[in-house]
Amino acid sequence: MSDKLLIFPILIPLFTAIVTLLLWNYRNWQRIISVMGAAMHLLAAFGLLMVVRQNGIQAVQIGNWPAPFGITLVADLFSAIMLVLTGIIGLAVAVYSLGNIDTRRESFGYYPLYHVLLMGISGAFLTGDMFNLYVWFEVMLIASFVLMALGGERPQMEGALKYVTLNLISSAIFLAAVGVLYGVTGTLNMADLATQLPLIAPGLANTLAMMFLVAFGIKAAVFPLFFWLPAAYHTPPAAVSAIFAGMLTKVGVYALIRVFTLLFIQDISYTHLIILVIAAFTMTTGVLGAASQFEFRRILSFHIISQIGYMIMGLALFSPLALAGAVFYIMHHIIVKANLFLVSGAVNRLQGSYQLKALGGLYRSRLGLAVLFLIPALSLAGLPPLSGFWAKLTIIQAGVEQSRFVIVAIALGVSMLTLYSMIKIWNEVFWKAKPDHVTETNHTSRWNWFFYISPIIVLALFTLTIGLVAEPFFQLSQQAAAQLLNPTQYIQTVLGGGM
Amino acid sequence: MEILLAIVVGVLYAAGLYLMMRRSIVKLILGLALLGHAANVLIFTIGRLNHNQPPLIPDGAEQMTASFADPLPQALILTAIVIGFGVQAFALVLVKRVYQTLGTDDLKEIHDADVHVYLGTPHV
Repeated sequence: MSDKLLIFPILIPLFTAIVTLLLWNYRNWQRIISVMGAAMHLLAAFGLLMVVRQNGIQAVQIGNWPAPFGITLVADLFSAIMLVLTGIIGLAVAVYSLGNIDTRRESFGYYPLYHVLLMGISGAFLTGDMFNLYVWFEVMLIASFVLMALGGERPQMEGALKYVTLNLISSAIFLAAVGVLYGVTGTLNMADLATQLPLIAPGLANTLAMMFLVAFGIKAAVFPLFFWLPAAYHTPPAAVSAIFAGMLTKVGVYALIRVFTLLFIQDISYTHLIILVIAAFTMTTGVLGAASQFEFRRILSFHIISQIGYMIMGLALFSPLALAGAVFYIMHHIIVKANLFLVSGAVNRLQGSYQLKALGGLYRSRLGLAVLFLIPALSLAGLPPLSGFWAKLTIIQAGVEQSRFVIVAIALGVSMLTLYSMIKIWNEVFWKAKPDHVTETNHTSRWNWFFYISPIIVLALFTLTIGLVAEPFFQLSQQAAAQLLNPTQYIQTVLGGGM
Repeated sequence: MEILLAIVVGVLYAAGLYLMMRRSIVKLILGLALLGHAANVLIFTIGRLNHNQPPLIPDGAEQMTASFADPLPQALILTAIVIGFGVQAFALVLVKRVYQTLGTDDLKEIHDADVHVYLGTPHV
């Protein structure tokens, strides 16, 4: 049974996509199936997390080809956590899409594409094979390309062009790296690679490590490869922005963490120092970029970059505490960031703009929405007792333990500037009086507004829960980090006891 | 043979990057396609070139004895070609739509989404 659980997170979105494709002309059915599919995906992911937590790492050999010859699906705690997060955001955005996505986009296949995207993300989290990871990346990318361009608005076209170009370059580098990896080790199974890589020349291993760092670095939007992200993420509808902001860059971060905890750990003082420097620059440029922006979603986009810096700082420090911090940070960040984009969409629904100048007065007219913005915003900045505080505390504590005071100082400073950006949005959108020429729409139908607001409420509750009851989430992160730092269990599960 | 293919890979990468740095979006897509081809030939070359040695087990034998051509890199390339084909087909359509919507194929003029957002002016 447990091996079936492993394929469900891939099969359910695939099945949903097929059914919604068949129901092309029945939009109401598409909507119902889409939400149901997303809910089942979440359930499957949650079931998998429970099993992995109880019985340890799970692996399944597709087609019964024994590893390392066939394709293996593996779920350790980290994968399972990422899948559950995909499920949560997937369901939240599926509901939000019902209100946010216009009928034109719906009738051009929004729902099938959305579920293909979820399938690609889930596949990338589950696979235990480098080339298969490439394939899942492409599945995810092609769906995201179309979602980005769907609607054909002028800014969307510009954003899509940049997004597609940079991601294709990243894919080409990834593919070349996979080829070289196969050439020097003769295998692409990640567990097998982990046993083979220590045997090859260290120079060659480091070269490969850098190729993967660049390929995944573009996807994760780290310094200096981030520029496609703020050029693209503010152009599609808010629902699409939210799922991209929550999940897509995090797939890059996941791949970085997987590769740099399982494969390239021979020369940590070299590779992980580079990652640490990148982390520092990523944090700083992201937050400074955000400070200079005056468009709601552009500010949030730059903050994605800045937050990615914290996650890979956890990876770079490479201690149990630091990695636990990184996993915890990802948990906190995906929920908070997706939620902020959802709020920006709701604000746009009310006042018809994302420009801070053209917004205002929402504290007076929509107190509830103002509070719902404050929860993720202050959490992003790291104010106690919200989830971001514990995430930052853990990573900074890990930095202090290793006496890396420069990066700790940078992390703290960036946190301050994050607060500045969030207060800027708060002041402009909620606190200041409504500009005279702005009219607020009050004639949204009750259902439409329900689809907007219910995912925001649920995600805000998640943020509060992670913040107020941090202990179980933190323990989970610690266990995930322990598995990451001790790959023998992973290798044995995949290759069997015979190694 | 390896040296020749290594040069081919290098030329493909160089040509791809050169095309991508031009201002025309059509050349951008052609450049991307060349980058993909370069990666494919790289995989082919680095997976060892064995001439005329098919991976077949001779009659009566249990396993391969002589050296043989590894079929896996070719399987990888085949997959990558198919994926690349799909992605490039999409990219071509995207470029056509970009040209129709924006009325230009010059990358230098495609910066509205950034500039107008920064100045706070509405999109034209």
